[in-house]
Amino acid sequence: MNRLKVILGILFMAGTVFAVSSALAEQSTVPLPSPAKAYKGTQCVEPADVMRREHMTFLNHQRDETVRDGVRGKKYSLQQCIDCHATADPEIMAGKVRTLKPFCAECHSYAAVKIDCFACHNPTTPLDKTSDVDLNKMIASHLNEAGDSQ
Amino acid sequence: MTIDAAKRRLLASGAAVAGVAIASGVTLIAPATARKAGEAASDKVRWGLLIDSNKCDTGCDECVIACKTENGWQGHERPTTDPQWIRKVHLKDNKTGATHSLPVMCQHCENPPCVDVCPTGASMQRADGIVLVDRHTCIGCRYCMMACPYKARSFVHEDVTGQKPHMPRGKGTVESCTLCVHRIDVGGTPACVEACTKKAGKEAMIFGDLNDPSSDIAKELSKHVTTRLRADLGLEPGVHYRGF
Repeated sequence: MNRLKVILGILFMAGTVFAVSSALAEQSTVPLPSPAKAYKGTQCVEPADVMRREHMTFLNHQRDETVRDGVRGKKYSLQQCIDCHATADPEIMAGKVRTLKPFCAECHSYAAVKIDCFACHNPTTPLDKTSDVDLNKMIASHLNEAGDSQ
Repeated sequence: MTIDAAKRRLLASGAAVAGVAIASGVTLIAPATARKAGEAASDKVRWGLLIDSNKCDTGCDECVIACKTENGWQGHERPTTDPQWIRKVHLKDNKTGATHSLPVMCQHCENPPCVDVCPTGASMQRADGIVLVDRHTCIGCRYCMMACPYKARSFVHEDVTGQKPHMPRGKGTVESCTLCVHRIDVGGTPACVEACTKKAGKEAMIFGDLNDPSSDIAKELSKHVTTRLRADLGLEPGVHYRGF
């Protein structure tokens, strides 16, 4: 009888410890990042899992090609990231512009990654593309025409 | 070589179509020079400027304003550290009293001393002769600023916000005239040249390919004697001046 009590006691204590520890673990878990949904478009230039792992490689490689060799209009572009992924955030400029912060900063702060892209590149874009610079339209139409003529 | 030539002809014909299609709204497209998407700058081209100081007005600074607007740089009322990509220089002959005025910017040298001294390779020359700072690798040491005899480069001392999408700029890096590389790459002309012609109505600046004998700039250069600033240094600048 005593033996049964001891076994029951041990089981009860083990159960309590497990319950308490799992509750504690749940509280201290860092919440998973939830980057903002794309402002427009449903399909990125690569599948999402590829982009998650490789976006920095794509961007680094292409930035060198663009700045140093003058290659324009290829697949990966920070401007395109901004165009699709920048969203309005009421805490940033009262939501009057679209910005990349709700998208990029989510995962970067989770993974403790510090980037300095936006010390130089402007992460914001107007809410409506009508106020965009003429130059971008010029580039876009040039690239479309160049593509058509091939 | 033959394939390259064929490609270039195809490109020229394709770009000509693009030029016509855009011409109704935009006049920046110079058909023969626009590159195809994904194509690198070519060393067959050598971009240059010809500035006629006789046509340049002392009181006019439309080129400087256009550069600021296009590339998004401005001063903070601190002349010793403010960025300056292009400036008007006024000259006076003390004997005769005659005055001249001309814009000075990066001279896009064929043998750029700024590239020679850069410890990281950030200061670089593109195949088509445009001298640039790759800010991704610039550490802000400013050797290039000391090496440049034209004082063409500036250091960004302040935090920058609201940059133009085509011209990222940031604190701690060196910058200078890019010859509006983002416009040239789609067949356009630099903002200063456009403003000189369209806003000031002076036509004191001509932009084009120095290697192409049929270009406006090459024709003008073959007609008149021109000077290059500090030609004695042998840097072979891409910017030519007339009238002084």
